[in-house]
Amino acid sequence: MRYSGLKVLAQGVMGNRGWRPAWRTPAPKSEYDMIIIGGGGHGLATAYYLAKNHGITNIAVLEKGYLGSGNIGRNTTIVRANYFLPGNSEFYSHSLKLWEGLESDLNYNVMHSQRGLINLFHSDGQRDAFARRGNAMINQGDDAILLDREGVRSHLPYLDFEQTRFPIYGGLLHPRGGTARHDAVAWGYARGADQRGVDLIQNCEVTGIDIQNGRVTGVQTTRGPIRAKKVGMVAAGRSGQVAAMAGMRLPVESHILQAFVTEGLKPVIDHVVSFGMGHFYISQSDKGGLVFGGDLDFYASYAARGNLPMVEHVMEAGMTLMPMIGRAKVLRSWGGIMDMTPDGSPIIDKTAIEGLYIDCGWNYGGFKAVPASGWCMAHLMATDHPHEVARRFRLNRFATGHLLDEEGTGSQHNLH
Amino acid sequence: MRLSCPLCGPRDRREFYYYGSDDYLNRPHSDPQADASSGGWSDAWEDYLHLRDNPAGRLRDLWYHEGGCGAWLAVTRDTSTHQVFDVALVVDLKGKAGS
Repeated sequence: MRYSGLKVLAQGVMGNRGWRPAWRTPAPKSEYDMIIIGGGGHGLATAYYLAKNHGITNIAVLEKGYLGSGNIGRNTTIVRANYFLPGNSEFYSHSLKLWEGLESDLNYNVMHSQRGLINLFHSDGQRDAFARRGNAMINQGDDAILLDREGVRSHLPYLDFEQTRFPIYGGLLHPRGGTARHDAVAWGYARGADQRGVDLIQNCEVTGIDIQNGRVTGVQTTRGPIRAKKVGMVAAGRSGQVAAMAGMRLPVESHILQAFVTEGLKPVIDHVVSFGMGHFYISQSDKGGLVFGGDLDFYASYAARGNLPMVEHVMEAGMTLMPMIGRAKVLRSWGGIMDMTPDGSPIIDKTAIEGLYIDCGWNYGGFKAVPASGWCMAHLMATDHPHEVARRFRLNRFATGHLLDEEGTGSQHNLH
Repeated sequence: MRLSCPLCGPRDRREFYYYGSDDYLNRPHSDPQADASSGGWSDAWEDYLHLRDNPAGRLRDLWYHEGGCGAWLAVTRDTSTHQVFDVALVVDLKGKAGS
């Protein structure tokens, strides 16, 4: 069923009795051309672009829970292309372009809202770094505007410009940055893949990866064995466990990142704003809740909940930046499992096993990357060659020294 | 979360700096002759610096009691439940952990 305004109107008149499930719930077949392990944003996008761009539709997406039950529904929904390093810059630029055409491509409202992102800076040195980053963004073909203090005030009059501990010197405005409705991204890709013949198989946990003579031949699952010529591991925070089934150790350590949402409020924060002197970023959802987050809890964890010291830190940072939110009541906080790499950049690559591919290491920046990650993983699995914009996301780059350390914080998993 | 430092007793998580899994105890030995031919790099360094078992369950990792006695601690805990089983001084593990 194709969605349209007319359809909504007609269904409204007819009591909304004509809507059908957005995708099928097929039983797994005994064999597919390709299997994607992981039915989150990246896995669903991979299946969608395999079908759409490469005409490969005999695919199963295997998800141990329900579709979109992981980080795609747990993030702070920010979409941006403000990376600096060659390798990252062109990838996220490509992703933002895909975002801009995503709703018409998927025929699905992902509520992509380019409301503008402002990264604040608080010292001369930070201004220089942000100016340089802005120039890199412009060179990449994206947009960036360096705002001085008064420029920031005209956009964000509610910030505390009087406090002297972390004075606001200005901000880097990325007008095409913004947010999107995160669950809808998973649902839109799922529906698009399903319409093209991809089998989306939920409640189907992969329990083993079959390898013969260095070549992948299929997977074992809680719903029986499934054969496949190619298998893509797209399991985000659980990548370590999935890769271990293929005898691999990954350069990944899983950490918890918390996020928070307040009760619904009238429109008050029009942009995505990030604080440059404490890890804090905030936007307001279309439902009215303030959605914000901070840094990792910093220790390896798979508990999808956080610890209190980071809650306190995030609240302190928020109150330092914009005291007006002090009366808002936090409704919920939660945690997502982040697959942290030693340089803070992702991996889209072949493995040493023929026919086995991996897409992981999204740290806590995976949401904005979903379209390009799916696009490039699909390209890799279909052609056996890395896509041009993802060619530096190599699995072995830590051994060869070709790191993509965007923040320059060194080779420790939790520092990115 | 609290950790029981063997020297200081139970202390708040905020007193501790987190380093990573106990792979960091297995620092490769440098071998000038082998390093000259390999450029100093080997798989042992990849294991030490980057690759992790990353278990969802029992893990031993390294914490530094930054806001206390300054000791390096090896904490055995469950990464899914945050239960702490054991805290030992790294200095007491020397020679037992392959380093």
